[in-house]
Amino acid sequence: MQLRRKITDFIAANAMLLATIFSGLLVVSIGGALLFRAWPLLAANGIFNVIFGAQWSPSNGLFGLKPFIIGTLWVTGLAIILAVPACVLAAIFLAEYAGPKTRGIIKPLIDLLSGIPSVIYGVWGVLVVVPFIADILGPYAAKHWHNIPIISTDYTTGFSILAGAVVLAIMIAPVIITVADEVLRAVPREVREVSFALGATHFETITRVVIRKALPGLIAAVVMGVSRALGETMAVLMVVGNVPLTPKSIFDPAYPLPALIANNYGEMMSIPLYDSALLAAALFLLLIVLVFNLLARAALNHAIKRAA
Amino acid sequence: MTKRKLNNIIFKSLTFGAAGLLVIILVAILSVITIKGMKAMSWELITSIPSGGFYLGGKGGIANAIVGSLYLGIGATILALIVSIPTVLYLRVYAAHWFASIIRTLLDILWGVPSIVFGAFGFALMILLGMKASLLAGTITVALFELPIMIRSIDEVVKMVPHELEEVSYALGATRFETAVKVIFRQSLPGVVTGSLLAFGRGIGDAASVLFTAGFTDNIPHSPMDAAATLPLAIFFQLGTPFDEVRQRAYGAALILMILVLAASLLARLLGAKFNRYTVK
Repeated sequence: MQLRRKITDFIAANAMLLATIFSGLLVVSIGGALLFRAWPLLAANGIFNVIFGAQWSPSNGLFGLKPFIIGTLWVTGLAIILAVPACVLAAIFLAEYAGPKTRGIIKPLIDLLSGIPSVIYGVWGVLVVVPFIADILGPYAAKHWHNIPIISTDYTTGFSILAGAVVLAIMIAPVIITVADEVLRAVPREVREVSFALGATHFETITRVVIRKALPGLIAAVVMGVSRALGETMAVLMVVGNVPLTPKSIFDPAYPLPALIANNYGEMMSIPLYDSALLAAALFLLLIVLVFNLLARAALNHAIKRAA
Repeated sequence: MTKRKLNNIIFKSLTFGAAGLLVIILVAILSVITIKGMKAMSWELITSIPSGGFYLGGKGGIANAIVGSLYLGIGATILALIVSIPTVLYLRVYAAHWFASIIRTLLDILWGVPSIVFGAFGFALMILLGMKASLLAGTITVALFELPIMIRSIDEVVKMVPHELEEVSYALGATRFETAVKVIFRQSLPGVVTGSLLAFGRGIGDAASVLFTAGFTDNIPHSPMDAAATLPLAIFFQLGTPFDEVRQRAYGAALILMILVLAASLLARLLGAKFNRYTVK
């Protein structure tokens, strides 16, 4: 009886170890498999030419990812610019001003927002954001902003960088707010009390004491938002227009990396190296997201040490 | 003095406004999808599969996508559970500290991998194994996508189980496996239920991971090797057509998907609270 229990324990331990190794090595195998499949293209055209090549013309064997990388940067950058101020303010409201009751209402709503599937955001973008840009904001910009770079336009279909960025900003808001709220709440109470005791207002306490103390954590929150935004596919794909040209204005369409993969995968079997090029795009996306995740981790660890 | 007080009030209103904006946007999304979806909703939409000329505005419904998504979501969640639970228990009960921290770091990185990358990986794997796009291939890909989400949420509750409880079990002569299953797993059951429902919601709503792996068909899949339609892709394809009737059905499908996901998340909350009463704090 004793022996049987010991044998069961031994077998179970090893079976569980196997599951653990599988989970742990999954990300390594994903990277490895993508590299393996992307290798033929990287070897044939050179890594530099793939990343910085401006020409995407599969039938001529040209697979430059630059237009797509630039598209990703535009959409993600604008989304961050739109999202960060509102998200940090909302997190400050939650952590500093809201009572337990208000928190109890808003926190579940934020969880709800993060649970909504990407396609639903896409549908909403097509129904609300795209028409708004095409019918109201675009024409207004054409009339009044025609001398200002980046926000000038002659005509827009609405399917644009701006539409992608608005949808993306909403999608990453729950990530940024949740982390920022936690970081702000981790700042010890005493720190605030000392500031109040010196006669500072709540506004002064937050901006000069709390935020300063929480800064590394807030940066981590934003970086996490960036890494989430970089890989987001469906919602952006549905509203961003998907034209592989270097954009000049936020009213122009763009073609981000994830959209490139989603739109072309499965149809590329007849052209040599096409499949390799798309997996190279996936590998590149994986690496960028990985770097941002590691940065966020480093910032968070720093924040934890600083708070202690 | 008044200027400082004024700043204080302005700032407070700004933060309140930002939080309010968020709530307004959420309400706007939910209500637009609900209103548009309700207009397209009909018994036919839910219960019948597409008939000829469906994508040109012909008759039929999206039962193929509803059933496909449910098969896929449930299958993937079960597969992910089979790997997640042993992983989390191993990390808690058996693993050495250094080993656990390496695995947790790798899992954190996996958590950030975009679903389109899982999709590309799933497709590469499919070709390697000589499989076709099918319910099975889609289920496996979605299971991999759900894995880090599930492990993280289960790991969080397993970490909360008090160490004394574990020690009592050892003191009674239980093996580590018995302790893992009968004490720690039992204690974390609410978290497992919540985590599974959360992962199910994420899995069923994700389009990028099934785009190349599950295929798409107008029929309800009868075997794991058949292609399977899914709701997110049905929405995506129907919205892309120029016909208004077809686009209407995309709104209907979006409402159904949203209800499924919200129901999973609501159920997770309710069950989590219900089971929580039976655990030792």
